[in-house]
Order: sequence, then structure tokens, then C-alpha cells
Amino acid sequence: MSGTRLSLAKGLNAGLRRAMDKDPKVVLMGQDVGKLGGVFRITEGLQKDFGDHRVMDTPLAESGIVGSAIGLALRGYRPVVEIQFDGFVYPAFDQIVSQVAKMHARSLGHLKLPMVIRIPCGGGIGAVEHHSESNEAYFAHTAGLRVVTCSNAADGYWMIQQAIESDDPVIFFEPKRRYHERGETGIDEEGAPELGLYDARVVREGTDATLLCYGPMVKTCRQAAEAAAEEGRNLEVIDLRTLSPLDLPTIMESVKKTRRAVIVHEAQTFVGLGAEIAARIQEECFYHLEAPVLRVGGYNIPYPPSRFEEEFLPTLDRVLDAVDRSLAH
Amino acid sequence: MSDNEVAGHARSRMEGAFQPSPEMGPTPPSQIYGHFSDENPEMVQFVDADGNRLETNETNAPYAKIVEEMTSEDARIIYRDLVLVRRIDAEGFALQRQGELGLWPSLFGQEAAQVGAGRALREQDYAFPGYREHGVAWCRGVPPENLLGMFRGVNHGGWDSNENNFHLYTIVIGNQMLHATGYAMGIAADGDMGTGDPDRDAAVMAFTGDGGTSQGDFNEALVFAAVANAPCVFFVQNNQWAISEPNEKQFIIPPYQRARGFGFPGVLVDGNDPLATYAVAKDALDKARSGQGPTLIEAYTYRMGAHTTSDDPSKYRSSAEVEIWKEKDPIKRMRGFMTERGHADEEFFDAIDAEADEIAARVRKACQEMPDPELPTMFDQQYTEHHPLVEAEREEFLAYHAGFAEEGDQA
Ligand SMILES: Cc1ncc(C[n+]2csc(CCOP(=O)(O)OP(=O)(O)O)c2C)c(N)n1
Repeated sequence: MSGTRLSLAKGLNAGLRRAMDKDPKVVLMGQDVGKLGGVFRITEGLQKDFGDHRVMDTPLAESGIVGSAIGLALRGYRPVVEIQFDGFVYPAFDQIVSQVAKMHARSLGHLKLPMVIRIPCGGGIGAVEHHSESNEAYFAHTAGLRVVTCSNAADGYWMIQQAIESDDPVIFFEPKRRYHERGETGIDEEGAPELGLYDARVVREGTDATLLCYGPMVKTCRQAAEAAAEEGRNLEVIDLRTLSPLDLPTIMESVKKTRRAVIVHEAQTFVGLGAEIAARIQEECFYHLEAPVLRVGGYNIPYPPSRFEEEFLPTLDRVLDAVDRSLAH
Repeated sequence: MSDNEVAGHARSRMEGAFQPSPEMGPTPPSQIYGHFSDENPEMVQFVDADGNRLETNETNAPYAKIVEEMTSEDARIIYRDLVLVRRIDAEGFALQRQGELGLWPSLFGQEAAQVGAGRALREQDYAFPGYREHGVAWCRGVPPENLLGMFRGVNHGGWDSNENNFHLYTIVIGNQMLHATGYAMGIAADGDMGTGDPDRDAAVMAFTGDGGTSQGDFNEALVFAAVANAPCVFFVQNNQWAISEPNEKQFIIPPYQRARGFGFPGVLVDGNDPLATYAVAKDALDKARSGQGPTLIEAYTYRMGAHTTSDDPSKYRSSAEVEIWKEKDPIKRMRGFMTERGHADEEFFDAIDAEADEIAARVRKACQEMPDPELPTMFDQQYTEHHPLVEAEREEFLAYHAGFAEEGDQA
């Protein structure tokens, strides 16, 4: 992909801008999204250019933000809601799982809720508590939602537009510790995105084992694969991008080829996404596997104080250690 | 039974259930609950329990013009609504008892609150109900048969909300208050407010109960609507009970007084007086449509039956209390008023009763004939777009059932 190099944050901003340009029904709402441009500046400059009717600073009430966005969607708008931090989505959890997820089905298809809920996610930024959580499993577990996560600037730019275009409600996770990492975006090109919103990407091809990861862990896994390459091990890295639905064909194809899988995410492993993926691999690739499917993730404790986070979060070494264990079989 | 006794009764119940300590604050609950009686000077009323038209006074004066402009025909429409929705409701109850419905939340006693509000809505307005608003549904033109599906267990509502601008029932208490607010924000953003065109300007009405006022979503909705100046009217039916919990377990300040603190007016209306509920609702909706922002209406009424068919109210309230409220029955009151004013004769009342019988029979038949959904449709309409997991599970499900069919064929 060519084109301007941007940070993930700027890629998202450009994607939002383009979606708003295209469709006057797209409105942004959340706390501080207006003049400030959001605490991470993802919506910077958009209120100035689109007006405060399209970029709305809301009262400080997450259930209120999501619940009123539902009403706007029912009126024909396409709200894109910003939750300030992952740990603050819980007051809106009820609206998301009880209403957002179910509206289309319970109306027997009469109603659509084309809304996007953007959640800056994950740790590694030295924040105080409630600012570093990985709560994707709650949402992936809820039928009726779609859950995706970007890991780089190009995906930020394209995936946010695809999410906004979707007629289904999409939970959109943005890895906050990657917000300032730059990459090619393809932003100058008129063309379409390389992948659909619900496609995984093979980031690096390999033959010895598959690393399955998403969001902030994609970079870590790529680095792990590069380090492993120096030791003569050829790892495949897959950026899942979509967490619900999972792109199972891409996952299975890779695991059938490499015969080994290690799943890496920041969230606690217990009943996490990795557990689901491991179960699916076991069902579909049983006779192809040379080793048990392994998981690397956060420990099963609440996200710790930031002085511990380097230990809590999967590091390159922990990933390589799991690869060693897999290859030892 | 005099109103004094009613007020006295209400107070003694409160005191029995809620014992304030002197440290609790400046206003003893018994005084606050004085607000909730027919003697509360702030309660808008036009017709007394016997159907006598009350004098215009300081409280009802702002709405008197609306009532005076009502014609005999308007009165007959409202009366018909009251009787028919009570009958539809009774049929729902009976159908549950006969095993045709799994559950039924009865509106018995709340007909005047719902019909007054429902008739004040214009076609382009939108209503967001809880789960007991069968009377509002009726006024919006939603076929009563549509309400049965979710209680029979064949769907979760399933009607097209946009056909009658009546949203699906909402079971999670309070959720719908925010949907209503957001929808109203959309009306404002569309410019369909304050244009002066009666066919264009629109408003939203959000319904909940007294228990619902405790929810975060209820309070967040008031905040959002206030700061957005959204054309949203919040209609609280204070039927005094949230399952087994009385008002004093939900609030110290009555909901209508709370509105002020959010920055817009609150009105207390006699919820058993259909003229009053209509006038107050119409006034609030007119204001909302013209761009004057939200209003909270508290319709003070009573739930005559059980909370739902699963409930046993004898466990928590006295039958004496129910007897008192029987005297305030909205249909009796409306009929008294109409007879006294000559708005209708016996023939009219009989004809409405006959129509109620017909509708009841129609609802019953529709309920009994309602087909179970075809099994694979369980997987339909979960998503608007291709979803591999749902599609794969649908295939698995069909294959599993096809296996049984083959076994059956061989046998
Ligand atoms: C969030 C939530 N909590 C609990 C319930 C269970 N529940 C159903 S109805 C009800 C009482 C509601 O009382 P109120 O708001 O006064 O309305 P009413 O039923 O009297 O019309 C409760 C607790 C629910 N439906 N939703």
C-alpha cells in the first residue's frame, strides 16, 4: 500500500472525515469530541468543519450517549459514538447488549441500527486504573454485535469507513498505545480497501507456527516473528482484525499449513477470545496439529497498576517462549 | 369514600412502610406524600370521581382552553378508547389464564392516563413505550393482535415501529427513555420542530412507570433532552407500585417536581381523569413541537390488578386500598361526565360495549390462531449482512433436523 504515511490516530481522523463528507447522516457524538477533538484527538478539527450538529459534545453519561445514539439511528442517522476509555464503557453496557445488539432481530428485521461504538482499548500507556482494559470478549460474546479492531494506520482509515457503512452495529476497538505509530495508508488513492471489514490479514507468511493476534499485539507478534527468524524459525502472523465474526477460513488455512498455533492478546486468557479460537482450531484442525494450541495473554487479575503492566502484558519474550513450547512438541 | 379518607389512607400506608428518623432531613415523608392525593393543589384535574366538571382554578387554568375546545365527538372517541382498551386488556389477562399467553402485564386502572396521552399525539409524533402501554398502542393504531406475540412467545414484538410510529415494547426498565430522547434529537436536527407547520413539527413521548424514575437511563434521558432542547415529553404513569415496592421506596421528591432540577417543567395530573391527561399531554406536546423543549408529566393513577399475571399483590398491599381506587375509575368518571353534559346517550354506551365484545373475540381468535414461527427463522434477521457463524449454525441446525426426518421416513 502506498500513499501518505500517517499515524493510526490521523488515519482514523481522515477516515471519519471522509465518511462524514460522503454521507450527511453520519454524526459523531461523545464526551469532548468537539472543540478538543476527543482525549486522543481522533476527532480533531471535525467539529470546526462539520458543525456542532454533526460532531456533538454530549453530557458525561455513557448509557445516555449510546441510548440516545440508538434513537438517532432509529430516526435515520448513522451515529459514531466515542467512548472515552475502555473502562468507561460499562455504564453503557446495558444499552449495548440489551438494545443495540438486539434491535434488528427483535423487530424481525424492520429496524436497523447502523451505529459504530468506538472504544480506545488496551494498556501499555502507563495510565491509572480503568484506562487500560481489553474488554472485547464481552462484546464478541453478544450476538447481534460485530466487533472489529484495527492495528495500523491504513486499517484505521479504511476500517472506520467500512464500519460506518455497515448497517449492523459495530464495536470498533482502537489500540491506544498504537495511536501514534505511523504507516502507509493508501489515503491518496481513490480505490477501495484491500480487505473487507470481516477479513483477517496474513501480516507475515511463515511455515513453522502461526501467531494469531489483533490490535496492539500485532506489532508485538511481528517483532517476535522477526526475532524468531534470526533463529531460523519461520512464523506466520495473522492480524485477525475481526473478532466477531471471526474469519475462520483464514485462521484454519494457516494452521493447517503450519500445524501450530499460538494466540496472543492483551486480555486475560480465561474465557477470552483465545479460548474460542483454540476451541475452533481443535474442532477443525485436530488431525493437522503437531502441538496443543497455546495462548499468551494477560494474567487473570484485574489490570494491574502501571508499574506492573510490562509484566502483565504479553511481551515479545513471552510470545517467543510460547512458540518454543509449541515447537518442542 | 371521601378524598380525605383516601389521603389519610395513603399516608398511613407510607408511614407503616417507611419510618423516617429525625435525622433524615427537613421534610418528613408523610408531608411529601401529601402531594399524592386528590387534595394536592398542584394536581391538574377537570372531572371529579363522579364525573362533575370541576371549576377552573389556578392549577387547571393553563389547560382549560384545550378542554373547552373538546367537542362531544372528542369525548365519545375518548370514551370508546377507554372501554375498548380495558376490554382488550381483560382479554389479554384471560388468554394468559387459559394458557394462550405466557404472561400479560395489565393496564387495568391506567386507561385514562394512556388514552389521554395517546390521543394527544399527532400522526408524525413517535411513542416509546415500556411494556404496559396497550392503550397508547391502541391510540396509535397498532392492531392489538400485534401486542400478543411477545407474550405468547412467538416473537419479541416484531411489528414495524415505523408504521404507526410506536416503538417496540421495552422490557429493560428505562432503556426506552433514551431512545426517545435520541429520536427527538433527530427530529430537532432534521428541522422538524418549530416550523409552525402542524403537519411537519413533531415530538416524541416516552413512557415509564414510577419505578422507572429511579433508573439511571431515566435521569440521563432528562439531562440529554434538557441540554439538547429535544422535543420529548416524558410521561410517567405513577401507578404507585413497582411490583411490590411502593412510591416511598423509589423517591422522596415526587417525579414531577424533579423535572425542575433538570431544567424543564414538570406537571402532576390526575391520571384517572381522561380530560386532564389529554389536555396536559397536548399542551406539553404542542410546546415540544414548537421548540419549547421537554416536559415531564406525572400521571397519578393506580394499577388495579396485579403487576403481571405472575404477581400476587395480596402479599404487599391491602384490598381496602384497591377499593378506594375503584371509586376513581376513569370509565365511570367519563361516562358520568358525558351523561351529565349530554355528550352521549345509553344507545351510544351500549354500542361501544358491543364493539368491545367484537374486538375481544377478534383478539382471542387471532391469539389462538397465531402460528408458531417456522424453526429456521430463529436464525433470520440476526444481522443485516452476511454473517458466517449464524449461517453455518443455521445449516447445522437444518441438517440436524433433516436427520430426524430421514429416520422418520424409514420407520
Ligand atoms: C432494569 C430492570 N430491572 C428489573 C426489571 C423487573 N421488573 C419488571 S417490571 C418492574 C417494576 C416496574 O415498576 P414501574 O416502573 O413502576 O412500572 P409499572 O410496572 O408499575 O408499570 C420490575 C422491577 C426490569 N424489567 N428491568
